Amino acid sequence: MAATGLIMLAYLLAHLLGNLKIFFGAGEFNAYAHWLHVIGEPFMHRDWVLWIVRVGLAASVVLHGVAAYQLSRRDLAARPQGYQHQRRRASYATRTMRWGGVILGLFVVWHLLDLTTLTVNENAEPGHPYENVVATFSTWYGNTIYITAMLALGFHIRHGFWSAAQTLGAGSPRRDRALKTAANALAAVLTCGFISIPIGVMTGVVS
Amino acid sequence: MRLTLRIWRQRGPEEPGAMTEYQVDGIVPEMSFLEMLDQLNEHLILSGEEPVAFDHDCREGICGACGMVINGQAHGPERTTTCQLHMRHFSDGDTIDVEPWRAAAFPVVKDLVVDRSAFDRIIGSGGYVTVPTGSAPEAHATPVPKPVADTAFEHAECIGCGACVAACPNGSAMLFTSAKVVHLNVLPQGAPERESRVLDMVETMDSEGFGGCTNTGECAVACPKGIPLTAISTMNREFLRAQLRGGRKG
Ligand code: HEM
Ligand code: FES
Repeated sequence: MAATGLIMLAYLLAHLLGNLKIFFGAGEFNAYAHWLHVIGEPFMHRDWVLWIVRVGLAASVVLHGVAAYQLSRRDLAARPQGYQHQRRRASYATRTMRWGGVILGLFVVWHLLDLTTLTVNENAEPGHPYENVVATFSTWYGNTIYITAMLALGFHIRHGFWSAAQTLGAGSPRRDRALKTAANALAAVLTCGFISIPIGVMTGVVS
Repeated sequence: MRLTLRIWRQRGPEEPGAMTEYQVDGIVPEMSFLEMLDQLNEHLILSGEEPVAFDHDCREGICGACGMVINGQAHGPERTTTCQLHMRHFSDGDTIDVEPWRAAAFPVVKDLVVDRSAFDRIIGSGGYVTVPTGSAPEAHATPVPKPVADTAFEHAECIGCGACVAACPNGSAMLFTSAKVVHLNVLPQGAPERESRVLDMVETMDSEGFGGCTNTGECAVACPKGIPLTAISTMNREFLRAQLRGGRKG
């Protein structure tokens, strides 16, 4: 859980930095998108690095999901009979890890169909990533799906990052505050950063 | 005070159970929660009914025998054991729900009594230090720095009541096990079994059917002795360290 979660988290930070180039115009963004195919050349063949990253990420998503499923099954089996007097427990982020994770998993599928394969993006043209992003965020459902998923992402990371630190034994009374602050900061930066793109398109800053 | 109690009644391990309603009167704020139940039981016995079974021993908050979920909270609304919870935390006319610890690893024996021997098996698998028997060792033979002694003592406070398991949404025993592991692993006396202790205790914990930890923190909120949540992270660190060092040596 922790290792695959942190791999995905590292990817998201890189992905966000790359995506923010959209605010510097179509030229810069499309050039960046092109570079992703040729990273490592001439040592690496075209698309090799891209595929290595893709395989690593796909493995992380699958292993993270499988581990979550196994953990959840074990946890539910450990309390076959619940309490009659129910109380609201733990924070919102902590309680929504399972469903939040499922939402994120579905979002990843939609996101790939939308901006990688362009299957569900009606006005998309292959080879024009900047224009395709603008097309996505010109529909009400595109904005809704992305913004909802990014809010879910923020909550998932808020609990997940701190939780991963505990799992890996990095927590201590002295460091607890710093780890919680880091989790909140990462969640806020990623959520606000990614959401800035649909907002940019909606307000006409990106067009 | 006049109170309505809704208590889980179950005649035996395999019998079905249900919440059963009772009225108690004449409860004074100075009574402990167990004394309030004693009064109910006296009335039940006099009227020819079966008294409510519950575990208790020291009644001073140090043995860990007592434990019940009161209004959805392990040991009730105060950070203490049920025997040290006083009726001044309730008001006249309240309805109070009383249930046993709920966990697959803690099967109900009768009413509010659960079988917590899974904890004993975890302790048996590594919660000890090996010492030569004979005369008492000289107190200064093994110096322990004060901060280390403080950490060990903070974790040694665990009385094994099981509130952490009862409160955890996953029925996990990580806080209990980690309190025991940290208590002994930080001390020089615990060093010879440092690796085998954490590996064996975690293995036993897993095999007893407790759930996994998702760091919800409910355990540390419920703990009457204030065992810190970071004990779990420390145990995870000890576990990874023991695995990297090639497993059991002790
Ligand atoms: C396939 C979609 C996903 C599912 C089904 C899922 C589900 C879960 C579940 C059930 C947990 C454990 C809950 C807990 O500790 O309370 C978890 C933890 C975690 N998730 Fe996800 N998640 C998904 C996607 C993601 C993504 C995209 C990231 C990266 C940003 C991520 C990062 C994390 C981290 C860092 C943890 C903490 C690991 C730990 O506690 O050791 N997850 N996830
Ligand atoms: S009876 Fe001993 S701790 Fe409550």
